Amino acid sequence: MARASTPPMTLARLPVSETAVLTRVGGHGSYRRRLLELGFLPGTEVTVVRRVGIGDVLEVELRGSRISLRISEAESLSVQPRGRAS
Amino acid sequence: MRPVIALAGQPNSGKTTLFNRLTGANAKVGNYPGVTVERREGRLRLPDGRDAVALDIPGCYSLSARTQEEAIAIEVVAGLNQHAEPDVVVLVVDATQLARNLYLVLQVLELRVRAVVALNMADVLRKNHMVVDTDELTRQLGVPVVSVSAATGEGEQALRTALASVLDGEPAPADSYPSAPLNGSLTADIDAVEPAVPEAWGRADPLRRRALASWALMSLHEDDELWGLPENLRRLVTDRRALAEEQGRDLDLELAGRRYAWIDERMGRFITEAPSTLRRLSDAVDRVMIHPAAGFLLFLAIMAVLFDGLFTWSKPAIDFVEGLVGAFGAVVAAALPEGLLRDFLVDGIIAGVGAVVVFLPQILLLFLFVSIMEDSGYMARVAFMMDRVMKSLGLTGRAFVPMLSGYACAIPAIMATRTMERQRDRMLTMMVVPLMTCSARLPVYTLIIAALFPTPEEPGGTVFGFASVQALLMVAMYVFSTVVALMAAAVLGRTLFKGAAPPLLLELPPYRMPSPRSVVRMMWERSRLFVTEAGTVILSCTVVLWFLLTFPQEPTLSPRLAASVEVAAAAAESGTPLDAAQQAALDDEVAAARLAGSFGGRLGHAIEPAIAPLGFDWKIGIGLVGSFAAREVFVSTMGVVYGVGDDVDETSPPLRDRLQAESWPDGRRVYTPLVGLSLMVFFALAAQCMSTLAVVKRETRSYRWPVFLFSYMTALAWIASFAIYQGGLLLGFA
Repeated sequence: MARASTPPMTLARLPVSETAVLTRVGGHGSYRRRLLELGFLPGTEVTVVRRVGIGDVLEVELRGSRISLRISEAESLSVQPRGRAS
Repeated sequence: MRPVIALAGQPNSGKTTLFNRLTGANAKVGNYPGVTVERREGRLRLPDGRDAVALDIPGCYSLSARTQEEAIAIEVVAGLNQHAEPDVVVLVVDATQLARNLYLVLQVLELRVRAVVALNMADVLRKNHMVVDTDELTRQLGVPVVSVSAATGEGEQALRTALASVLDGEPAPADSYPSAPLNGSLTADIDAVEPAVPEAWGRADPLRRRALASWALMSLHEDDELWGLPENLRRLVTDRRALAEEQGRDLDLELAGRRYAWIDERMGRFITEAPSTLRRLSDAVDRVMIHPAAGFLLFLAIMAVLFDGLFTWSKPAIDFVEGLVGAFGAVVAAALPEGLLRDFLVDGIIAGVGAVVVFLPQILLLFLFVSIMEDSGYMARVAFMMDRVMKSLGLTGRAFVPMLSGYACAIPAIMATRTMERQRDRMLTMMVVPLMTCSARLPVYTLIIAALFPTPEEPGGTVFGFASVQALLMVAMYVFSTVVALMAAAVLGRTLFKGAAPPLLLELPPYRMPSPRSVVRMMWERSRLFVTEAGTVILSCTVVLWFLLTFPQEPTLSPRLAASVEVAAAAAESGTPLDAAQQAALDDEVAAARLAGSFGGRLGHAIEPAIAPLGFDWKIGIGLVGSFAAREVFVSTMGVVYGVGDDVDETSPPLRDRLQAESWPDGRRVYTPLVGLSLMVFFALAAQCMSTLAVVKRETRSYRWPVFLFSYMTALAWIASFAIYQGGLLLGFA
């Protein structure tokens, strides 16, 4: 937490094919519950597979599964980047 | 009693394909009581020849529930409330996404039900040189694990054998069930809630009771929509959640996290590392299919084919059906003596059956498209691409195909809403689809536009010197209906169907070749449901309408008409009958008098005060009553009303001329362009279609929604027509 001044990186801003570790899962109510149950847990590695301009949608891979979510909703997921996936 | 085998699994796990494979061709489709979730049941034969009942539980990522629809999964799996507990649960698992699928497996096994895990997609695994250690999975889960492929049928027999042995075997001992680790505080939460778990749910099994307590902790919430839960369970959950929050704990995270902790610890032993080639082909296809430019163009092209197909490919089939029904009616008419029985059979029963069958071409076509799109994985991409647009209207991306199909016909479009997962999204889509300009409105618009507005050759027939007024009006009606439907969606989505905008958490399953078998099955199942359930309602409505428009049989004719009939009869008797044209004209006039004197005709009279402010007279009122059978019937009903016979279509000059000549008692013309506009707007907005209402009733399993649909659309139509007609008068248009 040394760089408290810089805003935390979010999943929404993670470039394509980059991998990061989830640090915080925000969001509300049943949407957040569902994220957690799909495996979006702090400490989980997430890779951005693609983003789709016409849909405002982001596809990510975690634990070998693929899930798509809205880029705007991915703002509430903080990540710690790991670097590019090979 | 035949044993009950329930199939549970996550969406895209191949559960329904496996269900179809295990049960063969016939499934009984119904609904779970009280909710609009579809219940599919089939017969499953065990290797020893015994029969079992197989139940297809709706796909879900987890058993947690905030709505009654979501709660169906846990109620059926665990046999809660009015549901009987299944004898075995088959957990269908997508082996290529094992970790996430195991989450649901753990949740179900915690409930201490007897289960078999069907590890699906064995073929895909092999192709990608991946190995799942089924023995280790069996050891860790404590239930049989069978490798299968629903797509190829591999492992099907082994699964049946495993089911039989679980059915015959003893319930597994307690320690063979996996239990995810608990921390101290979570144990305390579950301990606190457990006493409130109803006796009937828990089977006096402490482990099961704790699992249900843990389910309640994750599911119950101030704003959940679950019914019939004990008040003290609710209170205890609320207390514990509040306490956890005070302590700065994250209960949902802890509850979900403990299962993933169990899974993550063992994944290395269950499966060899997934190679990155697994999705290579599918991803390559997606680089085109959901590309911002190429993908969008492809999407437009596919939608154009779907739309055009619904219109033009179904046309010959519809004409054929109509011709067949007409020919059959003619045969029956020729075989029977003139009279009430003949009329009832031909105009009531045969016409009613025709009114049902005529929808089949479009239903079959739409479900051909929909099931290919679903099975291939493209429907998920449509939801993905259309999300931004549809979200702004409060709809999901999956509403796009039903909305588009609404331009052809609302009936198949409403039936296609079932690809939507959330109840709210389905209802909302069903309530706005009937506003789309369907093909049955076109003959009405054509008649009115042709009769009341000038052609480009006539003065005033063009705007800016080149654009045809008639063509512009037609386009305007399409634009109008689309705008109203989208506005209705936005308004209803913010009022009646309030609730969070549909969240988007969806899977893009890898592309697959759709199996012809499941495509045909879907087409057959949907058509059969339509005929047996909506069809009966449509048939009865046709008979009721026939009755209304036929009885009482002997209306009092006007003295002049009565005299003409007598003259004609006398002439016929004396051997010098009227010539054919005169006789036909007289018959048409009598038919018009009969219709005017029928119950339906009187209804048209009775509603005149209500529709006069829209510029309509009682004759249009009769047309509105008659068009309830189907909008295009307005044209032939008006033919009868105006004594030009029912054998007219929207382009018949005699009917057009009659409309232009028709006047009020005070001599004003009835059909002015303003009235035409008002009438078209009325047809655009009113729910003048009993078949639509019948299908909504079938899909929602309630009378409430068709009544609501009818009321709101009629009110909307009345207000809009009133505003146009009265506004037009104020502005000085005649």
